[in-house]
Amino acid sequence: MNQLNNSSFSENRLINWFKLSSPSTFYPVAGKLIPIFWVLAGLFGIAGLWVSFFVAPVDAVQGQGYRIIFIHVPASWMSMFIYLVMAAWAGLGLVFNTRLSAMMAQALAPVGAWMAFLSLWTGAFWGKPMWGAWWVWDARLTSELILLFLYLGFIALQASIDNPRRADKAGAILALVGVVNVPIIYFSVKWWNTLHQGASVSLTKAPAMAQTMFLGMLLMALCFWMYSIAVALMRVRTIILEREVHADWVRQLSEVNR
Amino acid sequence: MNALLTIIHRDLLLVMRRKSEVLTALFFFVVVTSLFPLGIGADAALLRKIAPGVIWVAALLSTLLGLQRMFASDYADGSLEQLVLAPQSMVLLVMGKIIAHWIVCGLPLVMIAPLIGIQFDLDASSLYVLMGTLLLGTPVLSLLGSVGAALTLGVRGSSVLMSLLILPLYIPVLIFGAGAVYANSVGLEISGHFSLLGALLILALAFVPWVSSAAVKIAIE
Repeated sequence: MNQLNNSSFSENRLINWFKLSSPSTFYPVAGKLIPIFWVLAGLFGIAGLWVSFFVAPVDAVQGQGYRIIFIHVPASWMSMFIYLVMAAWAGLGLVFNTRLSAMMAQALAPVGAWMAFLSLWTGAFWGKPMWGAWWVWDARLTSELILLFLYLGFIALQASIDNPRRADKAGAILALVGVVNVPIIYFSVKWWNTLHQGASVSLTKAPAMAQTMFLGMLLMALCFWMYSIAVALMRVRTIILEREVHADWVRQLSEVNR
Repeated sequence: MNALLTIIHRDLLLVMRRKSEVLTALFFFVVVTSLFPLGIGADAALLRKIAPGVIWVAALLSTLLGLQRMFASDYADGSLEQLVLAPQSMVLLVMGKIIAHWIVCGLPLVMIAPLIGIQFDLDASSLYVLMGTLLLGTPVLSLLGSVGAALTLGVRGSSVLMSLLILPLYIPVLIFGAGAVYANSVGLEISGHFSLLGALLILALAFVPWVSSAAVKIAIE
């Protein structure tokens, strides 16, 4: 539908973005992009791990144990960022009624949930030697846990509605309600209790850590980012195949005909 | 406006025809709060300390019980479809259903909370604060809950799913509601908690009816 309306004014652009909103054109493009993102994830991962294990200095207070930060912080960043991206795709799907946007949101949810889980898990491993407890009821831990619940709610809602179009729209509304609530929940939990160490990296002031530590974290974050894109694209390809199983173009694919 | 009053009246009438459902939610609230002293022990100082949290968590759970009824029976017998087709704005009709739910499931909790508070040995000023927070907080619970009720219409295992969707969203209300009572008992300023609860209520009033009516329309399509 969008293609018809927009073809006239988007013809003279370099890439026709609206063309990509159709599952049949996006499927092969995603297939070509996946190896690129895997390679990028591998390169950033190797560089990041090398910096974080061999270049970054030993922390004065926490010793070698702090090195889990290089997994923990990127996972937390990604878990929050993916929720925003997921809600954005879901909102786009709701507004423009494009099928692919909703599929993208559905594909991103498990990746984000996995990141949130990873962040909690590594946080527990980090907390035990540093604070002497696997878990404390602190603002950031609690809101990360709630974020995981929000992901699980989204996945559960989509899974339990049989009609995929209705599941998409209901999921989109839930994601948007969730995205409005995330800051409210974050601040309410923060005022409720705070004993977590202050944020080490913020946008307003220079990082309070060694440059190499920050570099390692940045490289690992890029690695996680590329990994998330690669996995989300693989998932979205599977979802496209599942939903478009009756379409002609799916039957003509070599991997389906095998 | 007339449509709003009509729908509130209709929902209340339907509830009055089946009083057991209302009483179940209220009874649930009383039973759950009474279980805690049995599980924890009758130490008055400890009970006084946990009372706000226990009463608020029980209130969250018992409002969930009534949410299932908000749209589900109308959805099942087709009257929800007629409401969507009605010339009146759907937002107004949804608002009416939310208000009716609050009168049935929220207001009785506010009324009975002092009684539960006495069981937990709360003093008079804490009881007033408890009632005040419940009065501000339970409408937010009904509002947010309506989104969950609308999204899970006609879905397999909808009541369990709804609690999974809605309970995380209830957390700010729980924090400020129980926090106010606790702050009062240790002699801290409570106006901040009340302002935040009021802000949550205004925010929810401003946005939730639109979201819920959109969710109802999605379910009907």
